[in-house]
Amino acid sequence: MLRLIVGLAMATIFCAPAAALDRETIARLAGGDAEEQRLALDALVAKRDVAALPFLRDLLADHVRTADDGVFIVEDDHGLDALQRTPVALPAELEEVSTSNSVRLAIEESIAALELASPDPATRLESVKRLQSAELDEARLALIAEAESRERDSAVRDALRQIRALSELQSTHRTVRLAAAKALRASVSGRVREALKARLSVEEDGEIRVALTRSLRNIESSLAVGETLGIVFSGVSLASILLLAALGLAVTYGLMGVINMAHGEMMMIGAYATYVVQNLFRAHLPDHFQYYLAAAAPVAFVVAALVGVVIERLVIRFLYGRALETLLATWGVSLILMQTVRTIFGAQNVQVENPAWMSGRLFVTDNLELPYNRVVIILFSLAVLLLVSFLLARTRLGLFVRAVTQNRTMAKCVGVDSSRIDTIAFALGSGIAGLAGVALSQVGNVGPDLGQHYIVDSFMVVVLGGVGQLAGAVYAALGLGVAGKIFENLVGAVLAEIGLLVFLIVFIQKRPQGLFALGGRQAD
Amino acid sequence: MLHVPPSPTLARRLFDRRGWCAFALGAAVIFIVAPFANLATAEASMLHLSDASIALAGKLFCYAMLALAMDLVWGYAGILSLGHGVFFALGGYAFGMYLMRQIGHDGSYHADLPDFMVFLDWKAFPWFWAFTDHFAYAIALAILAPAALAFAFGFFAFRSRIKGVYFSIITQALTYAMMLLFFRNETGFGGNNGFTDFKRILDYPLATPQTRIILFMLSGASLLLLLLVSRFIVTSKLGRVLTAIREAESRVMFCGYDTLSYKLAIWTFSAAICGLAGALYVPQVGIINPSEMSPAASIEIAIWTAVGGRGTLIGPLVGAVVVNGAKSLFTAAIPEYWLFFLGLLFVLVTLLLPKGVIGLVDAPRWPRIALPFPRKERAS
Repeated sequence: MLRLIVGLAMATIFCAPAAALDRETIARLAGGDAEEQRLALDALVAKRDVAALPFLRDLLADHVRTADDGVFIVEDDHGLDALQRTPVALPAELEEVSTSNSVRLAIEESIAALELASPDPATRLESVKRLQSAELDEARLALIAEAESRERDSAVRDALRQIRALSELQSTHRTVRLAAAKALRASVSGRVREALKARLSVEEDGEIRVALTRSLRNIESSLAVGETLGIVFSGVSLASILLLAALGLAVTYGLMGVINMAHGEMMMIGAYATYVVQNLFRAHLPDHFQYYLAAAAPVAFVVAALVGVVIERLVIRFLYGRALETLLATWGVSLILMQTVRTIFGAQNVQVENPAWMSGRLFVTDNLELPYNRVVIILFSLAVLLLVSFLLARTRLGLFVRAVTQNRTMAKCVGVDSSRIDTIAFALGSGIAGLAGVALSQVGNVGPDLGQHYIVDSFMVVVLGGVGQLAGAVYAALGLGVAGKIFENLVGAVLAEIGLLVFLIVFIQKRPQGLFALGGRQAD
Repeated sequence: MLHVPPSPTLARRLFDRRGWCAFALGAAVIFIVAPFANLATAEASMLHLSDASIALAGKLFCYAMLALAMDLVWGYAGILSLGHGVFFALGGYAFGMYLMRQIGHDGSYHADLPDFMVFLDWKAFPWFWAFTDHFAYAIALAILAPAALAFAFGFFAFRSRIKGVYFSIITQALTYAMMLLFFRNETGFGGNNGFTDFKRILDYPLATPQTRIILFMLSGASLLLLLLVSRFIVTSKLGRVLTAIREAESRVMFCGYDTLSYKLAIWTFSAAICGLAGALYVPQVGIINPSEMSPAASIEIAIWTAVGGRGTLIGPLVGAVVVNGAKSLFTAAIPEYWLFFLGLLFVLVTLLLPKGVIGLVDAPRWPRIALPFPRKERAS
């Protein structure tokens, strides 16, 4: 409350006489005509109408509804009057307000422009950053100049100065241009780089040229940092997916020696389980839709694990120690699973949605933005990795699994029920594949042949890492992921993939046992 | 590694007097009966063999060659390749280049270059298209290109003593990488669509029954010839060393054999067979595209071999014909159940018939009615 009062006070002191939001503007904003909406937004920004901020945020969050006799804000079934923000009874017929993507962008920018008057320096800095990548017109520039003149916080002021300098690069006054060229030095933005380059190509004044070149060099080096970090991030993100895909295989193949060609189909089952859970939530618990992934993960694990149990009991049980034959039999299983899914869900891809909290991106610098879903998947794969290594290294079950895989006869002799352990271990590997499917459903298409796309990759990771080595799988996934993204930046996605496959083929020649070979008697 | 005991009795029996009779019968059907039934009989006649069945049979012969090639490396030398589709497709592409050139100016653009090159705005043939307008060169290329790739790949792989599952997985990586490569337009092989719309071969139109029957007979002849050569190989010393390698490579090495060259020889020969099969397949089917290199296509070759029975030479041919015949039937009648059938067939064969369909013939307790010829007592 105090903040609000202070904010309002600041707004009244610093802004031009703040015009309050009126019904007409609201009606125009909620009207649905994109051009009209944009004009209304510009008018709001020109009037520095801070009072419009809550309404704009509601508009962005899709809380605004229209009816014949007015505009309302609907939040958790409570209706508010759009102007007074007091509770009102909602009319029966409500219509959603449509906002196209470009309008949403314009709303975001308007919010940012208005937030320049926020009392909190962090909020102001955030809004300046958002304005950096926006197209600025005269009105916005005036607003920025004004904000700069009253800004006390040096970081925010510098940022504002840079934005203004960008337009001043085109000034006819030599001194203004020179100052702008110098002011842009600290900027980290691809747009500024392009603007500087463009100016440099037409600039005739020697001193300004020097300033431009210097700023350009500075920006390029700081941009390079962002770009490198971006590549590393996407590499790590790819690695986390590879790791998820390979972890289950590291258990079934690495520990049990079963070549499970149906592993990809286990991931597919996990992804379809996510799809089913999503639909259940949408139908029965629409209010808690954003939590559906929390329910989907255990469901996918259990479903895939159960399918794994069935496969192990019916097929794999009879083929232990005959690796090539498990390869062929499980390939038959994978065909059956694929066709089953096709029969139940159809051959087309199904739609799996990111929950709201996973869409959007974390803004780090102008050229480094991290999509939330990728960040979540990295964390998820870390969690799964920790879970698996804990299970294998610290629990009694893990001890038994390791015992059976190292020396089945000896394990039997000391009373381990080895056939039960086999089933559990295979179910565990399948369940982990199911978890991978949950993650994959958030970044790619979910269709019957989802598994086929990942099977070669997952084998690559396991073979490269060295059989029976969780750590090896982690390093291999990281290496392949990051190297893959670096290649991709150099030669494109397909050639990068080919390059990695060739690398794998060559690598196995050199180290047939993978990165982390088991020594001694276990080898071969 | 392999739990299937070698079955010398069967291989020998298939080439005893009765075996030779069956062989001669097959040759007669391929070279006399089928052409007669296709060309010389009336359409409505009972004896008439439709063009479609001739085309299907020609295709099956090519698949059977693939299965034979797979049997040589997998059944006899114990090397499971999940990349034989690459060799097949390479042969197909090599001969496809010749067929593309035979189209001449009859393409949609009436240009010197194949349509897809015109479409990509290329001005001249890439270097590897040189001489492909010569028939003999194209045939040689179709056989030698896969053999060369196999030799290079095999040399490094066998030298590093990669075997078993590792070898299977890197052959799978090989086929996957090649598929990605051939999917690209700039590779110069028509990208996604591959080669198609062939018009003629050696200036004879492809669409006539006469050309079709000749291609059919050529495929049949190649298959029979390769069967004889393979039989010679596996019964020779080379074949025996290979079987020994399959059973215990280390011991063979300790006996002083250079296992690398044995494996490399059979591996390269097998790839050459695939290349020839590809070259015969493409004019009969009328299309070659990168999907032939998908890992799944290569695994299917292994399926045919396993279903028929590994290490018997004749079994894989039966497997290829049975599985692909079933595929033709299923995909026409109930397409949605084909994958169920294939998957189930494979699981069941692996679990219940490790020796494949042919193994039934050899089974000691199998009812005698099922045997096409009297059993000989085993030596042991």
